[in-house]
Amino acid sequence: MGYANFLLMKEEISLVAVIVILLIYDIFGTPKSLKYFQPIACILMGIHTLVHLYPAAEVSAFGGMYHSTPMGSLMKTILNIGTLLVFMQASNWLANERTLIRRGEFYMITLATLLGMYFMISAGNFLMFFIGLETASIPMATLAAFDKYKQKSAEAGAKYILSAVFASGLSLYGISLIYGTTGTLYFEDIPAGITGSPIQLMAFVFFFVGLGFKLSLVPFHQWTPDVYEGAPTSVTAYLSVISKGSAAFVLMAILYKVFTPLVNEWQAILYWVIIASITLANLFALRQQNLKRFFAYSSISQAGYIMLGVISGTAMGMTGLVYYVLVYMLSNLAAFGVIAIVEHRSGKITIDDYNGLYTTNPRLSFVMMIALFSLAGIPPFAGFFSKFFIFAAAAQQGFYVLVFIALLNTILSLYYYLRVIKAMFINKSEEPIAKFSSDNYTRISLVACSAGILLLGILSTVYENIGTFSFGL
Amino acid sequence: MNFLSLFVLIPILTMCGLFFSKNLQQIRVAVATGASLLLALAVGLVFAYLGERGAGNTAEMLFTADTVWYAPLNIHYSVGVDGISVAMLLLSAVIVFTGTFASWKMDFLQKEYFLWFNLLAIGVFGFFISVDLFTMFMFYEVALIPMYLLIGIWGSGKKEYAAMKLTLMLMGGSALLLVGILGIYFHSSGTGAFTMNLQEIAQAHAMPISLQYWFFPLVFVGFGVLGALFPFHTWSPDGHASAPTAVSMLHAGVLMKLGGYGCFRVAIYLMPEAAKELSWIFIILTGISVVYGAYSAIVQTDLKYINAYSSVSHCGLVLFAILMLNQTAMTGAVMQMLSHGLMTALFFALIGMIYGRTHTRDIREMGGLMKIMPYLGVCYVIAGLASLGLPGLSGFVAEMTVFVGAFQETDTFHRVFTIIACTSIVITAVYILRVVGKLLYGKVVNEHHLALSDANWYERFSTTVLILAIAGIGLAPLWLSDMIRASLDTVIAALK
Repeated sequence: MGYANFLLMKEEISLVAVIVILLIYDIFGTPKSLKYFQPIACILMGIHTLVHLYPAAEVSAFGGMYHSTPMGSLMKTILNIGTLLVFMQASNWLANERTLIRRGEFYMITLATLLGMYFMISAGNFLMFFIGLETASIPMATLAAFDKYKQKSAEAGAKYILSAVFASGLSLYGISLIYGTTGTLYFEDIPAGITGSPIQLMAFVFFFVGLGFKLSLVPFHQWTPDVYEGAPTSVTAYLSVISKGSAAFVLMAILYKVFTPLVNEWQAILYWVIIASITLANLFALRQQNLKRFFAYSSISQAGYIMLGVISGTAMGMTGLVYYVLVYMLSNLAAFGVIAIVEHRSGKITIDDYNGLYTTNPRLSFVMMIALFSLAGIPPFAGFFSKFFIFAAAAQQGFYVLVFIALLNTILSLYYYLRVIKAMFINKSEEPIAKFSSDNYTRISLVACSAGILLLGILSTVYENIGTFSFGL
Repeated sequence: MNFLSLFVLIPILTMCGLFFSKNLQQIRVAVATGASLLLALAVGLVFAYLGERGAGNTAEMLFTADTVWYAPLNIHYSVGVDGISVAMLLLSAVIVFTGTFASWKMDFLQKEYFLWFNLLAIGVFGFFISVDLFTMFMFYEVALIPMYLLIGIWGSGKKEYAAMKLTLMLMGGSALLLVGILGIYFHSSGTGAFTMNLQEIAQAHAMPISLQYWFFPLVFVGFGVLGALFPFHTWSPDGHASAPTAVSMLHAGVLMKLGGYGCFRVAIYLMPEAAKELSWIFIILTGISVVYGAYSAIVQTDLKYINAYSSVSHCGLVLFAILMLNQTAMTGAVMQMLSHGLMTALFFALIGMIYGRTHTRDIREMGGLMKIMPYLGVCYVIAGLASLGLPGLSGFVAEMTVFVGAFQETDTFHRVFTIIACTSIVITAVYILRVVGKLLYGKVVNEHHLALSDANWYERFSTTVLILAIAGIGLAPLWLSDMIRASLDTVIAALK
């Protein structure tokens, strides 16, 4: 084995370097110098993002175990940006007494899950994929339980780890069946061995469960509301965008590359999963009061929309998906940024608490509003464009009925998003959340998200650039 | 940069100006400047358009400009106008202008109010200048959302219910529409080089008829929801009744016209075969709209509801005329859009002014207002007469053209429905005269009303502009109807 192979994995190495630097700093830094932990973590992450901003060329290492495509590299950049934003939003929460001493852990564990996602994205072999999946899942449970003195947080961690392990187990079982029937675990070789036999279909379904769980698609979504509610808000934000985005991309890449011969079967499965995810999640979201639960259901239905890009099986679908993930990430992080700062300053988290927020905190309400409109797919915000492209990709393949059902669901989703907007702008409150000022990190992240939401749709270059890296079935 | 884009740019700049304005004075300067510039631009556009046509330019769309926006999907930001869009742009500019002055005395959150109002204007203007389906749809949706906040925050009565109902129903309409648009897009050419450009799609005419049967109803109903097509009109009475004055004006005056405009510019123009085959279904529905709206208006006691149902009836007539699929009736339809837009805006402005004084809109609690506020009373009578089609005012010209056109269709089905639709004229007279008699004449019901004052300068200003426009169309309709008729040639040619 040539050690030079390691050098090919530039993104991973750079991320490991960030983790190691932070680790050393955390261990050897004096209490006085640790004051700067937060800015240094953000700066390192920023540098890492900038260095790899432009997608790297196609790389294959370790005999095909590791296979990075430009599209995967682009996806990593998107995840980097999201993680950076989450880091910025987390500063408030991490600065309190209970979590301050463990602040370093938060960054390192988060980056470790990110590293897992990197490997998942660049996997060229099912074993590599599985290691990535596990690296991304297990630390995530500790993140969910990060506020360990809060019962709900601990409970969220326990729920997450149990369901994650179960889902990974099923996935691993599916992978073993694939190995048994095709005799290989390399993505490149598998399609030749797929005959569509019942055992391979079963293998596919088991495999699908693992990623379906990470994406929280119905019927693998039951953990989502509880974990989202219990986990610290910044972790919820991370779970809902980064974890979900990477899983969506990996699922698409594997369906396109590996399960090509089973295209009719997986399209049929996805068809019903999409309908169920969008519709059920929207129905459940209607009655939520707690904003984190609310966004849990919202994110399940958004995952359903994301899958519309996968089902098309075209390059256009892939572009649409990556673009959708980017826009969804910015919108959701804007919303979670507001939720986090409001929760931190006032301890309030239900929709009713937001009554009259506009009178006291107009800017935050405004950011929240454009985030919600973007999630609902209203122009001129980027969400409209991302929804349009993903619907167009599905419609091109003749899934008009599916698109129609998804569109009817946008009405439902608009209804519940408008509930929050109504609370902030229209409802009167005796004692609205008091006026407060945000810290600079939150401000910068919210400004960045808002700018993205406003500009990504109007500037077509982002979409076009993503399109240059896409490939279809 | 094409000067048509200014229609979108001016409201954007107004919004920027509003954003930085610090007091009411500056807000008013910003919005008044913006609205005046738009009106000037629209009037200038009419002259420029007529000049070009006079000089013998026979292109379908004038002042076109085209920029590639999303290259992979062949989506363009593409603008251009024909006679119909010129007419609609003029209407929108007049109503935005008068609406701005009608909300001069807005009492709270003025800045936000005008911000949303201008966003609404962006949507409306953008829609009428677009010749690209995607841009058109985008602007259409841009126009929908400010409505929620405008009604929900500044409205009256059951505003939250009305705002939610309106938004969700219109969103439903746009859901149907989006499926239709995707269908059109993916069948826009036989070669796989898809386009969103309206003219190119119409020229290629590649959609098989069997598919047109699916997508025509989707698009027609999608736009029809906004044009108050029965049974999807129920958002309109609640929405109009709860909205603040200027928003009712803009909504009934312009936004409902987006529906009618879209119906023939997209549904009929791009899918003419299906339009011919399926028009009977929608003729029945619009026939119901026309008569049912008028009857409902008779029994209402809230001034805004009366007017809202009257709008359902009149907008039903627009769609009805479009579905006759002949040039005269369609010309009438566009005339009716203009005429209804102006007079309904006048109505809503007056109702807002009366409500601002009496604090009630219930006609049972008012009476004899002509003595107390003669200016507003006279304006109300003029609006009423325009609505019931008095010659010399715009309503007569429009309805006359519509019914003459409708009578050209000689088969029994069209005849029967034309006659049914004609009866609405009588019913209109009933509800208009009932309100005029009760509200303006008769005894003063409430002693306190005797102390009320007549219109202020800005109220007089906005109503005068509208009345001049109504009378202008009524007295000199020919240039307008010629301009519209000439632009319909391509649609009619597609139908043959």
